[in-house]
Amino acid sequence: MEMAVFWVLAVPALAGGVLVFRCGSMARATFALLSSLICVGGEVVLLGLPYLGVVIILMMVMEMVVMAVFMIAYMMNPAGLTPMSMVHNKRGSAVISVAVFVALAAGIFLVPWPRRAGSPPPDTTFQVGVSLMGGQMLTMITLGFVLLATMVGATVLATRRGRYDRFGDDLDRRPAHDPAGGGVGR
Amino acid sequence: MVDAAPWWAVVTAPVLLAAFALCAIGYDAVLAAREAARPIRMTTPARPLLEVPRLLVSQPRRLPAPDALLWRTGVITVPVAAVLSTAVIPFGHVVVADLPVGVVWFNAMEVLTWAGLWMAGWGPNAVFSLVGGYRYVAQGLAYELPLMFALMTPAIRAQSLRVGDIAAAQSQVWFAVWMPVAFVVYLAGVLAFSFLGPFSYPVGQDIAGGLLGEASGVDRLLLSAGRWLLLAAGSAMAVPLFLGGGAGPVLPAWTWSAIKTLAVLALLVWVRRRLPVIRADRYVELAWVVLIPLTVLQALVPALVVLGGGR
Repeated sequence: MEMAVFWVLAVPALAGGVLVFRCGSMARATFALLSSLICVGGEVVLLGLPYLGVVIILMMVMEMVVMAVFMIAYMMNPAGLTPMSMVHNKRGSAVISVAVFVALAAGIFLVPWPRRAGSPPPDTTFQVGVSLMGGQMLTMITLGFVLLATMVGATVLATRRGRYDRFGDDLDRRPAHDPAGGGVGR
Repeated sequence: MVDAAPWWAVVTAPVLLAAFALCAIGYDAVLAAREAARPIRMTTPARPLLEVPRLLVSQPRRLPAPDALLWRTGVITVPVAAVLSTAVIPFGHVVVADLPVGVVWFNAMEVLTWAGLWMAGWGPNAVFSLVGGYRYVAQGLAYELPLMFALMTPAIRAQSLRVGDIAAAQSQVWFAVWMPVAFVVYLAGVLAFSFLGPFSYPVGQDIAGGLLGEASGVDRLLLSAGRWLLLAAGSAMAVPLFLGGGAGPVLPAWTWSAIKTLAVLALLVWVRRRLPVIRADRYVELAWVVLIPLTVLQALVPALVVLGGGR
């Protein structure tokens, strides 16, 4: 049964990955990648990690939809409906990706896998939480703040408008002069 | 507390969900008739259903160079996601699949509508339809984070992502009572992911129907049904999350689940007709500047209660 589910998910996952490079349309390529990643999420559930598996599906749907928006906006083929290629160095990238896939797949069979010591934990979600937030609590919290600071910093650096554009030279203009008004009226 | 349902629940759960959706559509039709000062008869709630045979037999609209694959996939995804999300929602004491990560499952299925509706907007190769799809994504970015915190809050208190455990943790007092912010944000999220009422921006009249503008025949039927199924699924999920699940005096558990679900549905349908449409660019500021801090603080309350040993 598990083997059947594995193959039912594995084949579309690989097929979706291949389709990303075969599709002519940016939108189709994005959603081929999404279908592949949803299958990967299913495989992670099959590994006995339901939380990580479902979260992979959840996050990948959101990410791929946002990616579709940006890819269609910024790729060389704005409409995404005419034929295009996802790769520039076609032969080189094919060689690299096949080599990496073969190396990783060979690794699965060549690595001496350790035998399971003890029994699997009853609640793997709790185990994930403990391993992330138990001994590594400080690391994770620092990492969280660093990521947030990076995002805010990148946005501030990328935007042309600052507070003087919004509030005037003396920072006393209310409401702010914004290209698009927000719902709070700041 | 919550038992696995027999195998035939796989069939009855979608039927039940459709029944709740039909109740909501009927109540909506009654409210519409009252607003228009039309007489309310026995047939009034069934009037919107006349659309069903009409859409089933109508000739589909043909468009130049549609992306048929993505279009069909997107249209089918919306009702399918609604039905799949109900798998973890207990009805009385039974649930189709009592997943240990039920809350995350519900969230993932609800987020699938992002992909579905974007594809449904992209597929027809038409401007207004595409604008509608983009509007749904923009709205999604606004409502999703507050909704996630609202979903998280009961799970923190119950210390479990299993929906049955969350319902069982409310034996003393409903989470809606001492997590009012999370409850209200959750209900707003339900209206938002079913793009109804104030969140019907993706199908706005200013873009000639947007997402639904080019959808005809079965496509239109599936998308419209998907909205109401999503609304019904969200209302049903509110019961175990915030309203104590099937707990209640005298009557059996399943009746209480049904009564509470119908009450939430009635409230949401009433609100849908009372509030004006809000633009996504306005709602995103409200959501990120006001609602996210509020929901984070709301999530802090049960976290402190749990840390303080209040079990």
